Amino acid sequence: MAVSPTTMAAVRASGAVPNAEYLLNVENIRKEFPGVLALDDVSFRLKRGTVHALMGENGAGKSTLMKILAGIYVPDQGEVFLKGLPIRLKSPLDALENGIAMIHQELNLMPFMTVAENIWIRREPKNMFGFVDHGKMFTMTAELFKRLNIALDPEAQVRDLSVANRQMVEIAKAVSYESDVLIMDEPTSALTEREVAHLFEIIRSLRSQGIGIVYITHKMNELFEIADEFSVFRDGRYIGTHASTDVTRDDIIKMMVGREITQMFPKETVPIGDVVLSVKDLALKNVFSGVSFDVRAGEILGIAGLVGSGRSNVAETIFGVTPATTGSMTINGKPVAIASPNQAIQHGMAFITEDRKETGCLLILDVLENMQIAVLQDRFVKFGFVSEKGIAAACKVMSDKLRVKTPNLQERVENLSGGNQQKVLIGRWLLTNPKILILDEPTRGIDVGAKAEIHRLVSELAKQGVAVIMISSEMPEVLGMSDRIMVMHEGRVTGFLDREEATQVKVMELASK
Amino acid sequence: MTSEQATAKAAAPAVSKQGRRLPPEVSILLVLIGIALIYEVLGWIFVGQSFLMNQQRLTIIILQVSVIGIIAVGVTQVIITGGIDLSSGSVVGMTAMIAASFAQASTWARPVYPSLTDLPFIVPLIVGLGIGLLAGIVNGALIAQTKIPPFIATLGMMVSARGVAKWYTKGSPVSGLTDQFNFIGTGIWPVVVFLVVAFIFHIALRYTRYGKFTYAIGANVQAARVSGINVERHLIKVYAIAGVLAGLAGIVTAARAQTAQSGMGVTYELDAIAAAVIGGTSLTGGVGRITGTVIGAIILGVMISGFTFLRVDAYYQEIIKGVIIVAAVVVDVYRQKKRKV
Repeated sequence: MAVSPTTMAAVRASGAVPNAEYLLNVENIRKEFPGVLALDDVSFRLKRGTVHALMGENGAGKSTLMKILAGIYVPDQGEVFLKGLPIRLKSPLDALENGIAMIHQELNLMPFMTVAENIWIRREPKNMFGFVDHGKMFTMTAELFKRLNIALDPEAQVRDLSVANRQMVEIAKAVSYESDVLIMDEPTSALTEREVAHLFEIIRSLRSQGIGIVYITHKMNELFEIADEFSVFRDGRYIGTHASTDVTRDDIIKMMVGREITQMFPKETVPIGDVVLSVKDLALKNVFSGVSFDVRAGEILGIAGLVGSGRSNVAETIFGVTPATTGSMTINGKPVAIASPNQAIQHGMAFITEDRKETGCLLILDVLENMQIAVLQDRFVKFGFVSEKGIAAACKVMSDKLRVKTPNLQERVENLSGGNQQKVLIGRWLLTNPKILILDEPTRGIDVGAKAEIHRLVSELAKQGVAVIMISSEMPEVLGMSDRIMVMHEGRVTGFLDREEATQVKVMELASK
Repeated sequence: MTSEQATAKAAAPAVSKQGRRLPPEVSILLVLIGIALIYEVLGWIFVGQSFLMNQQRLTIIILQVSVIGIIAVGVTQVIITGGIDLSSGSVVGMTAMIAASFAQASTWARPVYPSLTDLPFIVPLIVGLGIGLLAGIVNGALIAQTKIPPFIATLGMMVSARGVAKWYTKGSPVSGLTDQFNFIGTGIWPVVVFLVVAFIFHIALRYTRYGKFTYAIGANVQAARVSGINVERHLIKVYAIAGVLAGLAGIVTAARAQTAQSGMGVTYELDAIAAAVIGGTSLTGGVGRITGTVIGAIILGVMISGFTFLRVDAYYQEIIKGVIIVAAVVVDVYRQKKRKV
């Protein structure tokens, strides 16, 4: 018999909760969605005062498990025990009131409200007239921030905060519920190294207070740095739990993919051709300035730098999304003026943007409709009419070549995993036969298997003579893939490194110069 | 916590194995048949006669649907881009007045332009379509260039176009129209115009680049722009088409009534939006088909006619109509949700 959440909350309030070894214990969970078995007989235990990482490729079932823990999904079978007591969580609020807080990948804060209002929403301190006592609320927030060592103004509006600071607000909010269990879904995906270090500090201090943290990540080095234990999932099944000190990186990858990946970053050495794109003194007012570089046929130019260094802005400006204020570009030696993405495409450029959901996918449309949209600018169209057969055949060939996992081309893109969505977007651009390919974080939030495939593909394109510009926050990716690396810091280019001389240390030095 | 649930997609092995979906029109068509059958049964019980076995009634329904339907074909395309057009009813009034003033017979005592009477039908037709086009381009340009919400831009046009309609003759109707002009409003011709328009834009949305880009913009305007679509130019096109179709509806309305009045077309924009929405067009953009809108318009027409047939009080008719429009959207929201998980 499961205890109802309200009873549990009452028990918890009375302080009579048993001091169980495991904060959270999940037994034989099964969860099915229409057509998909998301979790099959999965068990998971979270020890008091530990950081427990969940690892697995996209679609392995980590997110589903986490959403069950946070009360968003109700499992079809199996039981959840909170501190040894069986419980059935019916909503996120249930979970929150029982001390389980989740920090989402997409942050759920209200942008036009202050930091303090966001943290204490639904629980605002009231004065004698029943109105919100803002003074008290700000003091409470300041105290909370002091405890967590967060330097933020409680009265600031959330829309003015950086992603990292918003994340801090989310964490403070979770802690303010006196939660015992904190679930974090890829919390570092948008943070700079310094911000990550701060986040880890906070996590360690929470851990020492006895809080258990479920930590979802794709980044291997984070696992070794912060996690005490980790559990691996594959295709909705539980593979195993180990202490993170017991294993090597390769062991984990093997567990995640069920096979060995010998080479993750296979950029082949190919003959480098003539300069295809040359950028001179490019500037976008108040964002970046003085950016000059050449990219040659067959070359991969990596752009490294911290988030906010202007890397993505340079890409957007070259592609005409935000036309340059000053500077010039030449393509194959001819000067070009690019004021819109349309013109960029006419000049043989392709741009895979950083944010798949915001600027990439047409989520509610199907695979075919997503793939065809760029190439229809100048091919497969006669007198305005689209050659349905021609484009469908071309998309089918492309989707097979890229090994997009989809039942058919009529599947909505929102039903695909992140890696397959990315492949659809790559397909969209490859159909245009680009001469210059710009990739912004091409493998963010993508599982290891799909990542390797995308790397192989980019390498293959370079071999065919495409000039590639690749922006990435992942150091191994930049170092492994690039022939040359351009490093940026605060809107300036701080240096170039050749493949042979580039090391993680050198890149970081330039990135913080 | 609804926002969380909304973003909470099946984060799992992701690719669902479901086969090809039935076209959404099928369910809308079933609703139409259901409503008609309910009226049929109620008819035999309460009125003692058949609802469907009455050719005259069916003709009247389809005639009444035609004008709203012509407008709805344009409005559907606007809604697919994620926009809205509130101005079509007023544009109907404005074009009816102006087009009619170029279609007056010399036998009429007080024509608007005494020197321009007995003109061939092509003149008022071109004038009417031109006025509609102009209104649509203004709508589209405002929305595309100034980035103001379509709701506001077309609300402004709704008020101003109605103003033009009243100012044009200082409120007096434009009558004494030529037989040539009135012809388009006689017999089954409004229905023919409606079906031809619907067919053309059904083809345009499904098989042309114009259509593909319209859906892409509605699904994700940022992604559409990055994919090389000139979003501004395309939006102007879509609103211009909606304007032309409202103009055409204005001509048909005046021809049917054999006169033009400044109050023509009031609340037509709402009926047109309702037809699109009942037909499965999603107000969030990216989803919708002309076939659905045609059925949606017929559902509206059948509903109204059925009420009259059952001698339901006109006041109740409006109340129930509102409920049905909201219910259609609720059903659509649930359908979208189900598809997501």
